[in-house]
Amino acid sequence: MKNAAYPIKPKRSRWKLWSIYIVLFLIYVWALSGVPLEGFKETAGQISKAIINGLFSPDWDYVYLPEGEDLLRGLLDTLAIAILGTFVSAFLCVPFAFWAANNLSKGVILTQSGKFMLSFVRTFPELVMALIFIKVVGPGSFAGVLALGLHSIGMLGKLFAEEIENIDLGPTEALKATGANPIQMLWFAVVPQVIPGFISYTLYRFEINLRSASVLGIIGAGGIGTPLIFAIQSRNWSRVGIILLGIIVMVTIIDMISSSIRKRIV
Amino acid sequence: MRKALTYPSHTELSSMSMRRKKHVWTALFLILLFAWSLWQTESSLLDFINGFSNMFDLLIQMVPPNWAYFDNVVPPMLDTIRMALLGTTIGAILAIPFALLSASNVFKNKALYYPIRFILNLIRTIPELLLAAIFVAILGLGPLPGIFALGIFSMGIIAKLTYEATEGIDPGPLEAMTAVGANKIQWIAYSVVPQVTPYYISFVLYALEINVRAAAILGLVGAGGIGEYYDKTLGFLEYDKVSTIIICTLLVVLAIDYVSMKLREKLL
Repeated sequence: MKNAAYPIKPKRSRWKLWSIYIVLFLIYVWALSGVPLEGFKETAGQISKAIINGLFSPDWDYVYLPEGEDLLRGLLDTLAIAILGTFVSAFLCVPFAFWAANNLSKGVILTQSGKFMLSFVRTFPELVMALIFIKVVGPGSFAGVLALGLHSIGMLGKLFAEEIENIDLGPTEALKATGANPIQMLWFAVVPQVIPGFISYTLYRFEINLRSASVLGIIGAGGIGTPLIFAIQSRNWSRVGIILLGIIVMVTIIDMISSSIRKRIV
Repeated sequence: MRKALTYPSHTELSSMSMRRKKHVWTALFLILLFAWSLWQTESSLLDFINGFSNMFDLLIQMVPPNWAYFDNVVPPMLDTIRMALLGTTIGAILAIPFALLSASNVFKNKALYYPIRFILNLIRTIPELLLAAIFVAILGLGPLPGIFALGIFSMGIIAKLTYEATEGIDPGPLEAMTAVGANKIQWIAYSVVPQVTPYYISFVLYALEINVRAAAILGLVGAGGIGEYYDKTLGFLEYDKVSTIIICTLLVVLAIDYVSMKLREKLL
């Protein structure tokens, strides 16, 4: 019983470990083979220096310009896109959530089809959605709102459905026993239980949407992204600096507000 | 003995009406917020309805997908996976020191872990597409700036999740290592690392899932991968090719998600 304290690992698991290492090694050989590593521009060092200089000496004049296109308006636009996109998805995802929740809708096929729909929407990149919506309603903030609204349905619907699946079915049964109709059952037994979760997830999604809204402008779907990509393309690094600073400050403040509300709700 | 009926007391009643008042104010605030964002984004239902026929045309043109284009899509798709893999790897390696330095039970110095956490928060507020746009300006077009952008972005995520997991580990082994007089490196290697590793690997896989999705769009700013092809095909109004790209992206994302989910289930 000398070795009781040191259980020797069985040989098979060592083989397994080695085979994992070999597979990983092969994956990395494959991955590195496809990347041109000599692609550095000679000016890379110079440009990085210019960028760092610009980032640390932001163009404060850009914060407010009386005649239009400035940082504050860009940020407000971004905020409005995120808010509206979140509103749209928070309302639209509710029917999908009930559809996909396995305790309220009847039948496996029904819930599975709902879940599949939601995961399909989730994997569809929001920027691609925005590109398509630009074709539909023209460039501008509205295309961004629609893209965010549609894309967020995927995630919110999934989270809402999980919240619905976790409710206590007691109150529903109690209401059924008193002869309530389905709508009364939903309103008095299901809704009060899921509302805190819904609000918390919606706020969480709002935080994500704000980050997404700040890049939508890169492809022309409104918000602060448009002046940012112009500043990057015209190598105006001090303007890039102030815009990045603006985004960081806005996202941080909104995150703080949203997480403090979420803590109070749940 | 009959129990006396209890009615809500005066204070309870007033707190109920207070709560109702609060709900009314919240609703009013939300409506105002909604109206303001409608005005700010110049959204109108009319635009949407007018655009609806456009959308219908577009959807019709997207079906059926152009399968012949599939051969052109595969190489950039593989590039996208490569970018995600390498970006995640860079992020995973960079995340280790950041995660250890910001865990309050590994280094107990507040002056150390607060600034590091602040830097991590800062990094996570910058969207990866912006990082990619900046790296494109430095390194030129191609997958390399995309890899760096993904690396920095996923470093922020992995480091944050890992340091939170590190703070939740069992303190027993830590104390045991202190008791036998281990130096800091031994202390970390034998008491922290074994406990955190499964979580860490699971977070890396999670970051890989996010990075595959992100890598698929980085091409829009010229940072390599399949994203460039969205721009090209949409620009030429070749919607049947667009749908081929979309289907291909979805398949890859779903496949990677599935593999990663299975691996994570085995780990934890």
